[in-house]
Amino acid sequence: MERKTKINAEDGKQDIMITREFDLPLELLFKAFEEPELVAQWMGTKVLKLECKKHGSYQFETTDNKGNKHGFNGVFHEFIPNTKIIRTFEMDSVPFGVQLEITEFEKLTDDTSKLNMHVIYESVAQRDELLKLPFAQGLNWAHNRLEELLKTLK
Amino acid sequence: MNLRRDVFQAIADPTRRAILLLVAAQSLTAGAIAANFGTARPTVSKHLQILTECELLKQEQNGREIFYHINAKNMKQVADFIEPFRKMWDDRFNVLEAVMKAYQKKNKEH
Repeated sequence: MERKTKINAEDGKQDIMITREFDLPLELLFKAFEEPELVAQWMGTKVLKLECKKHGSYQFETTDNKGNKHGFNGVFHEFIPNTKIIRTFEMDSVPFGVQLEITEFEKLTDDTSKLNMHVIYESVAQRDELLKLPFAQGLNWAHNRLEELLKTLK
Repeated sequence: MNLRRDVFQAIADPTRRAILLLVAAQSLTAGAIAANFGTARPTVSKHLQILTECELLKQEQNGREIFYHINAKNMKQVADFIEPFRKMWDDRFNVLEAVMKAYQKKNKEH
């Protein structure tokens, strides 16, 4: 199967481009970013605040499997329905700084749409750190899964 | 030599990934690296050899000891390093698609 989500991260740059095509009409894709209950469902997070308007702000909170809470927050710089969202994104209490996300919504056909997410980080080093984060987490998950597997084999 | 394939194989192993993460934080000796793992020292040595051969790690003599450090230039070329990041977004968007399809179906029925 073709990889649906594409990441373009050039060496030595402080931004990345995330693109993805959806089997969803444009309006439905956009709704997933607008309705708090829907955001909560697909992001797997608690939506504490979501003001979908220019200069509005948002606050999310996720709880990991150890019960630790992780907060995320940001401010909308632009919120144009079915077209474009510009927002900042910041994780609470971690030294990764703030990132700027420019998300564009594009209609392909009546039933399909495309998302272009341009993410700009504070520095090249910070971008690279964040890109490697799921790699490090994946390592922990792999270990945890192995442990669980071993338990079932006992 | 197909360096890319070798690099991919090198990072496919969880212990080798763990070694890379350890050494990414600071240069370490083989002994210090081995101390982090429950496996035998020769096993860790073998992993270090593979990582050095495919140029993800570099050796540096410091007095009587050899320190391993990340070959940053080569690590950046490893597109596979960001594969888990891509996978994270892909999984997330798959859920989005599923959630919205369920939402669409529910609203059509009503």
